[in-house]
Amino acid sequence: MNIKSQKDFFSGLVYVVVGGAFAIGATNYNVGTGARMGPGYFPLLLGILLAIIGAFVMFKSLTVETQDGDKIGSWAWKPLFFIIVGNLLFGILLGGLPSIGLPAMGLIAAIFGTTIVVSKAGDVFNLKEVLILATILSIGSYAAFVLLLKLQFPVWPTFITG
Amino acid sequence: MELFDNLALGFGVAFTFQNLIYAFIGCLLGTLIGVLPGVGPVATIAMLLPATYALPPVAALIMLAGIYYGAQYGGSTTAILVNLPGEASSVVTMIDGYQMARKGRAGPALAAAGLGSFFAGCVGTLILAAFAGPLTEVAFKFGPAEYFSLMVLGLIGAVVLASGSLIKAVGMIVLGLLMGLIGTDVNSGVARFSFDIPELTDGVGFITIAMGVFGYGEIISNLSKPEEDREVFTAKVTGLMPNAEDFKNMIPAVLRGTFLGSALGILPGGGALLAAFAAYTIEKKTKLRPGEVPFGQGNIRGVAAPESANNSASQTSFIPLLTLGIPPNAVMALMVGAMTIHNIQPGPQVMTSNPELFWGLIASMWIGNAMLIILNLPLIGIWIKLLTVPYRWLFPAIVLFCAIGVYSTNNNTFDIWMVAMFGVVGYGFIKLGMEPAPLLLGFILGPMMEENLRRAMLLSRGDWSVFVTRPLSASLLAVALLLLIIVALPSIKSKREEAFVEE
Repeated sequence: MNIKSQKDFFSGLVYVVVGGAFAIGATNYNVGTGARMGPGYFPLLLGILLAIIGAFVMFKSLTVETQDGDKIGSWAWKPLFFIIVGNLLFGILLGGLPSIGLPAMGLIAAIFGTTIVVSKAGDVFNLKEVLILATILSIGSYAAFVLLLKLQFPVWPTFITG
Repeated sequence: MELFDNLALGFGVAFTFQNLIYAFIGCLLGTLIGVLPGVGPVATIAMLLPATYALPPVAALIMLAGIYYGAQYGGSTTAILVNLPGEASSVVTMIDGYQMARKGRAGPALAAAGLGSFFAGCVGTLILAAFAGPLTEVAFKFGPAEYFSLMVLGLIGAVVLASGSLIKAVGMIVLGLLMGLIGTDVNSGVARFSFDIPELTDGVGFITIAMGVFGYGEIISNLSKPEEDREVFTAKVTGLMPNAEDFKNMIPAVLRGTFLGSALGILPGGGALLAAFAAYTIEKKTKLRPGEVPFGQGNIRGVAAPESANNSASQTSFIPLLTLGIPPNAVMALMVGAMTIHNIQPGPQVMTSNPELFWGLIASMWIGNAMLIILNLPLIGIWIKLLTVPYRWLFPAIVLFCAIGVYSTNNNTFDIWMVAMFGVVGYGFIKLGMEPAPLLLGFILGPMMEENLRRAMLLSRGDWSVFVTRPLSASLLAVALLLLIIVALPSIKSKREEAFVEE
């Protein structure tokens, strides 16, 4: 059997797996009856519905012809990796990781770290340019979020401010 | 006239110096972010939402309305100048708008979009003010069964009118509904699907989903495309105002677009896209005047009509939100989230319990539209400059603002881990051709639907027929079914798919 639409086949698969997982998970809670629904009733219903939709999408992807096979195409691993890692780094630098004893480094350090890592996701990477960008973003963010909007951020590393 | 009393009350609230400033800042920020290529209105609003947390509710909503209009106008600007639609409904504007820009007529195209939108916005506001009252009366007759059926209709409408593959979009809705159920069940107090993570017992934050899926997902997908796909026409913008001939062509198109948009916008399910498409189709069907440029090659009517339709529809789409509390599209779903953060539960009771807020918001919508004209026509030059900012500077800034915004929602790094996860998920959605907008809508409606389903079934003692024996509920479900059948008809199906191919 040939997959006629790769995109649809895998989205159907996602629906079946996620729907199934929610439905199975829902049985851990009290399902109840129609008149007195427990916390598991609606998720069970929706989970089964999603799995059925997924099965239908998969079935269609195996039977209905498409022009070019609807290929998913190659994944952009590089941008995916650097954007997500840059984002995670922002959280780690800003708030620290108490579980491994890493102190909070504050907003400014987080902005520099994130800007540098995220910039790696692009085609061109020019360190000098990125550092200028990070400086502008730091000043701008400090002015906008801390001074103007008065949002609560740890701005400087905790070992400096105490 | 009660209508004018109410509007006077609204303008009284909105016309304070402080609120005018917030409307202005909102428009400015909205346009500023919305004009950036690859950032649609949903991502813009999600990104700027934290900026309104510190404000009092009325001011916050006024600023949000400003952001909304600014973002939409910014989206049209990118559609015209870069051939990059910020959202689905500016796809139509792109067809003729971009051609006008290529011929050096970007100025008139932008002005036509702006003036058309302003006029449509004024009409939309009036309709909103006139219909909100009577509709609220209807809303009080709604029981849980009716609400449930209305939400079904809204969700079906959203995918029928606004998405590519129908069945996949329905799947996204259900997925969204399920994700909305994560967290503590209000009836039993059981924490569902929270994996014993304390932060998850509050549910998944809708901002983390919106930013992860719409913000990060889009950026990653943009970066994977080669740079030359983004072509900007900036040097050639001269002569801003349309000439007399343009106006002659534009005015009837604007009127038709406005009328169509106002009517379709009221439908639950976000008529903005449908309105834009329908308005363009109608313009295309009317006869060309002698000497007029054919459609698809830069006809000004092809810009003015869909833009007016789009804007009046987005205005009237506030009607279901404000009167029934049901968001008709992803942007409105974000507005619900914003209102909830400010302790306002959207719905019929807002009008009676908070009249200043309700009418103030409506008045501020008009002010927001007026602000756009004042702000954008003279400033078009600056927005165009913004478009020339290289993407390699933009995307780190966008990622950073998303991260800051997500963190400031709860002052909690847990949300940052969540947004990273949704970024990966969002990119996966794009790769698999799964549309994220229905997911967000489902996510917001999930808990509401469950609550109303439970109540309806409790009242009927477990009898499912309650949804078809109550006339209002039955007719709502019938309309939903009808929509599905119409779309499934072969002739409509092929037309519909044609319309979405260009996305």
